[in-house]
Amino acid sequence: MKNKNLVSITDFTKEEYLRILELAAEFEANPRQDILSGYIISTLFFEPSTRTRLSFETAINGLGGRVVGFSDSGATSASKGETLHDTIKMVSNYADLIVMRHPLEGSARLASEVSSVPIVNAGDGANQHPTQTLLDLYSIIKTQGTLENLKLFMVGDLKYGRTVHSLLQAMSKFNPTFYFISPDELKMPPAYKMYLDDIGVSYFEGKDLTEFLAEADIIYMTRVQQERFTDPIEYERVKNAYILRREMLEGCKESMKVLHPLPRVNEIHTDVDESPHAYYFDQARNGVYARMAILTSILGIK
Amino acid sequence: MKDKQLSVSAIKEGTVIDHIPASALFKVVSILNLDTLDTMITIGNGLESSKLGHKGIIKLSKVFFKDNEINKIALVAPCAKLNIIKDYDVVEKRVVEIPDEIISIAKCVNPKCITNNEEVATRFKVVSKAEVKLKCHYCEKITDQDNIEII
Repeated sequence: MKNKNLVSITDFTKEEYLRILELAAEFEANPRQDILSGYIISTLFFEPSTRTRLSFETAINGLGGRVVGFSDSGATSASKGETLHDTIKMVSNYADLIVMRHPLEGSARLASEVSSVPIVNAGDGANQHPTQTLLDLYSIIKTQGTLENLKLFMVGDLKYGRTVHSLLQAMSKFNPTFYFISPDELKMPPAYKMYLDDIGVSYFEGKDLTEFLAEADIIYMTRVQQERFTDPIEYERVKNAYILRREMLEGCKESMKVLHPLPRVNEIHTDVDESPHAYYFDQARNGVYARMAILTSILGIK
Repeated sequence: MKDKQLSVSAIKEGTVIDHIPASALFKVVSILNLDTLDTMITIGNGLESSKLGHKGIIKLSKVFFKDNEINKIALVAPCAKLNIIKDYDVVEKRVVEIPDEIISIAKCVNPKCITNNEEVATRFKVVSKAEVKLKCHYCEKITDQDNIEII
């Protein structure tokens, strides 16, 4: 994986996913090492993202690397009208690797074509967020012992949620069964269902969250946002239907875990937090190990 | 009457692009960069056509296209036909075929795509040819037939 860009989750093969997950487990067992000492990694956050940026910076600092970058493009030359092309050209002279988040879709792909050092996409608009997907995979393999043949429920906003789209693409390599649970307005887009049909992965679609939950190995929750609805009455009608509550989890498999990319608003009731099924905060911690694995593989250290 | 008619009918050597929809004629001119050529070009547009209603035709003297060049026009003129002329005779007829990749011709439908916000050559993979669907190399969104806009 040395010098490879990670722009889209489809840039990596199944074997490469598994290698990253193996390394993430090694870093989890030994999270303070000095192997990035002497490396400078640039974190360019053209739009704010507290969680992802802190997770990357924790990963880099934990391994002894140095970080240069910014967390808000308002304070950079981008606000003077510098193009992304020029910013990346410049920064790739300074750093060994660039982690970037940008509000425009396709920005990370463009950066990877301009940059002389590898690019890790930390989110390009609504398009891709591959490091989130790899930490999701790590959370799944850690709790289920495997990625193969799992029953994965995706709940909430399946239309706009980039995390569910990337996770769908990645998990499709492991013979899953998907259950898409969403209001009509936020159904999984046809392009993804056609993709699953093409590769022969089975899926079910429904509107009722409580139905079939006993089957689930993983419930992946996302937020149903008011701004996605043209009709506010429709939002009021559906918003409570997609809130996960503790009593709904009675009868679920013991090993079943609830994941959420966070931030949560109200779609997982706080009474779930104390349940043994709640895993979303552990999932966030896994992000640090997954990112350590990604950075060190791309830098050719691991 | 005959001496008032312009003599544009025959070229000795070159290419005739026929069956271009009238509305796409100038897009074809632009996609093939015909404005940069210094050979003889005859362009007719709004000619009556039983198939297309109105069609355009372009006759290019001493110009021959490679497949990958001429296929670029398939997006706007999918039923265009080419006649290759040698010594006043049609020696070959060709049809255009949509290429696998479209570069710098079409605009991405996604307003949040980097290519609509910064100087970048657009690039698409053609994921369906029957009903044209273009997948943006950058933002990964699909631009379908109804939304294809030529730059």
